[in-house]
Amino acid sequence: MIVLVISLALFLVGLYAIITKRNMIKVAIGFSLMEYAVNFLLAIVGFRPGALPPILKAVEVGKVYADPLPQALVLTSIVIGLGVTAFLLALALRLYNRIGSFDLEEIQRLKG
Amino acid sequence: MADLVILLIFMVAAGIVAVEIKDLLASAIALGAVGFAVAIGFIRLAAPDLAIVQIVIEVLSVVFFVAVILKTTHVDSAAGRAYKGADIFTFVVFGVFAFVFIFFSVKLLLSFAPMDRALGPVANHYLTQGLAETGAVNRVTAVVLDYRALDTLGEATVLFTAVIGALSVLRLEGRKK
Repeated sequence: MIVLVISLALFLVGLYAIITKRNMIKVAIGFSLMEYAVNFLLAIVGFRPGALPPILKAVEVGKVYADPLPQALVLTSIVIGLGVTAFLLALALRLYNRIGSFDLEEIQRLKG
Repeated sequence: MADLVILLIFMVAAGIVAVEIKDLLASAIALGAVGFAVAIGFIRLAAPDLAIVQIVIEVLSVVFFVAVILKTTHVDSAAGRAYKGADIFTFVVFGVFAFVFIFFSVKLLLSFAPMDRALGPVANHYLTQGLAETGAVNRVTAVVLDYRALDTLGEATVLFTAVIGALSVLRLEGRKK
């Protein structure tokens, strides 16, 4: 249970960065942190105490294996996370070239 | 589980450093530390495939961050600014939200997925029938490439959409000159 609480705390660190930081790179870092936290949480949900990796020829009686389904879905999610990070960084780079700063307040001032 | 708790505390500490430090380059390195700690945690959680993918993705992501920061600036000009009244209101709201979020998430997670329950029927089917049905010794590969191949097709679509989006955003700047 303590493991779940600390994973959710990592998620909240990312959310904190997205809500309160005014720097675009910090916001991208917050997105990455939230991603890591959710991926780790799902891997924990698929884990059992003392489990073996789900790589086997035949199930041996008395041995516990990790659930392969969350692992497969997290595999997808990790790769999509890289796409999200790359897109956010491309947007940040473009905005920096336009306004000369990563500060989100500068962008609001440019409006209109 | 004590080793996992230590790893997670390290991850949270590195995450706070990544969010709060003034130098953006150091921030990207701290994010890399979190990512590699996640990879170690995946090995501990009996998920070697995830650890391999996480290491590759983490290297790429740190390279992206460093490339962008080297092309622009590495000083977070917004850090260390004095807090206004609205900021303090944000912190209070965030603190209340954090408490409620953690409380109810843990309650719900434990109610539908207790930590020591037996594997469900789907997971048992994958484990016992996977080799006969797909020929894959690694059941994660069996799920990704056979049972849920359409999900993988969707993943590839999302990835290419992100690549096209990033390239089109970056290309506009080249055309203007």
